[in-house]
Amino acid sequence: MHPAPSVILFTTLSGLGFGLLFFLGLGMPDVTGWVAFVFYLIAYGLSVGGLLASTFHLGHPERAWKAFTQWRSSWLSREGWCAVIALLVMGLYAIGAVFFGQRWGGLGVLGAAFSLATVFTTSMIYTQLKTIPRWNMNLTPAMFLSFSLAGGALLAGQITLAIPLLSIAAAVQVLFWRKGDIALKQSGTDLGTATGLGARGTVRAFEPPHTGTNYLLREFVYVVGRKHAEKLRLIAFSLAFGLPLLLIVPPVESTAVKHVLALLAVLSHLAGVATSRWLFFAQAEHVVGLYYGKR
Amino acid sequence: MTQLPESSNRKMGLVIDLDTCVGCHACVISCKGWNTENYGAPLSDQDAYGANPSGTFLNRVHSYEVQPKDGPAQLIHFPKSCLHCEDAPCVTVCPTGASYKRVEDGIVLVNESDCIGCGLCAWSCPYGAREMDMTEGVMKKCTLCVDRIYNENLPEVDRVPSCVRTCPAGARHFGDLGDPDSDVSKLVAEREGMDLMPEMGTKPVNKYLPPRPKDQIEDQIDILAPLLAPVADEPKGFLGWLDKTLEKL
Repeated sequence: MHPAPSVILFTTLSGLGFGLLFFLGLGMPDVTGWVAFVFYLIAYGLSVGGLLASTFHLGHPERAWKAFTQWRSSWLSREGWCAVIALLVMGLYAIGAVFFGQRWGGLGVLGAAFSLATVFTTSMIYTQLKTIPRWNMNLTPAMFLSFSLAGGALLAGQITLAIPLLSIAAAVQVLFWRKGDIALKQSGTDLGTATGLGARGTVRAFEPPHTGTNYLLREFVYVVGRKHAEKLRLIAFSLAFGLPLLLIVPPVESTAVKHVLALLAVLSHLAGVATSRWLFFAQAEHVVGLYYGKR
Repeated sequence: MTQLPESSNRKMGLVIDLDTCVGCHACVISCKGWNTENYGAPLSDQDAYGANPSGTFLNRVHSYEVQPKDGPAQLIHFPKSCLHCEDAPCVTVCPTGASYKRVEDGIVLVNESDCIGCGLCAWSCPYGAREMDMTEGVMKKCTLCVDRIYNENLPEVDRVPSCVRTCPAGARHFGDLGDPDSDVSKLVAEREGMDLMPEMGTKPVNKYLPPRPKDQIEDQIDILAPLLAPVADEPKGFLGWLDKTLEKL
């Protein structure tokens, strides 16, 4: 799949932003006033910034509001609803915390639930696609949710929670890569089933329909990034989980040093997740590539 | 509405005969010709006369080589367009309701004024039947020439999809695949018409007729062959000397 920067930016930033909103909604950290203001500024900057980035790849962003109509069947529509509800509910909750020094607990829990639901619906947009076996498995929502929770805990300064959550996310990531690498083969789809000619012999794409490229090849058959996939996986894994864990696990006395280390851990995690998301798209094989003798 | 209809009264679709198709691409050209100037936005081209031409097509013809375990390889031309699936994933993923399947005849269409160009329907289609138009920013797909098949301004003979009307080999057939007594249904039954990627669960309406078995060359067809003297495999004279010398080097 073509790794569109807008979609990588969206899933990375909004995943982290909604993860932070989840912990803020549960009162972790229990902040009010100016400190709360800064936390919500960061959370809204990430989640809203990500959502805006996602509209960049649309052919007609001015009609994006129509995407709220089909929640009964479409995960993309459901994602839109969850995001708007989460942002509105958490907005009210934030007003209480920032301006009135109040924690309206029920509202916070509701906002936290919708924040997590937003990440889940995002992951289901990819998971539902049978055409991309690497995404069509339970590990995809597990990966999106565990990444969001780990990043959110890190950003919310919940170190005791961040350590196990980062470890879980790291394990899910490794499983996703291992199962993903054999997903296309295990799906049973090949040029034989694609053409219905497989029972007659070995099918080979002899001649493509056109000499040039087309939308399908540009969008679904992206092979450029696969060459360095192994190295990029190592980089993604070290930045997203390894380095942040090294930075937050050792006990530190000074609060200032602690904050600097936490900031570095968040930035490293963000860069790592972005790299992992790039691989998520670049390594995904769409079955339509088979018709072109490619994958 | 992007929920699929419970069932469509009729299942209009194509039957494509892989035995007959000669791979001339006439259906590709006539499809582009008709559909660029009728229903919906034109099918644009980018850099049409430059070094990297590319454009929107609703129908493309691939060619595949099938090598059986024994016997000669076979070349099969393979036209591919929207299969108007009964369980069309491209319809249910659409967030705006632009992508829909008609109850009355099962045709899958895009309402271009509602399409936001997110591309998710193309992602969900295993067959590559949908292409985003780069100029209009909306999704284009085969309409089964919905503006021809019911068009009473056209002579009756022309009230079939453009690709079917054009095919010089008669490899494309159009009709109601929901009616077991229709000509196309009988053809599918007789020739064991097949689905593409049935494991995807899309239940395509369009069917493909597999190539018929080819004649086999008998063991010996040339009665003079045994009488022909075998060609000498040991070179003599100058060539023999050259062969030996080169062998030694």
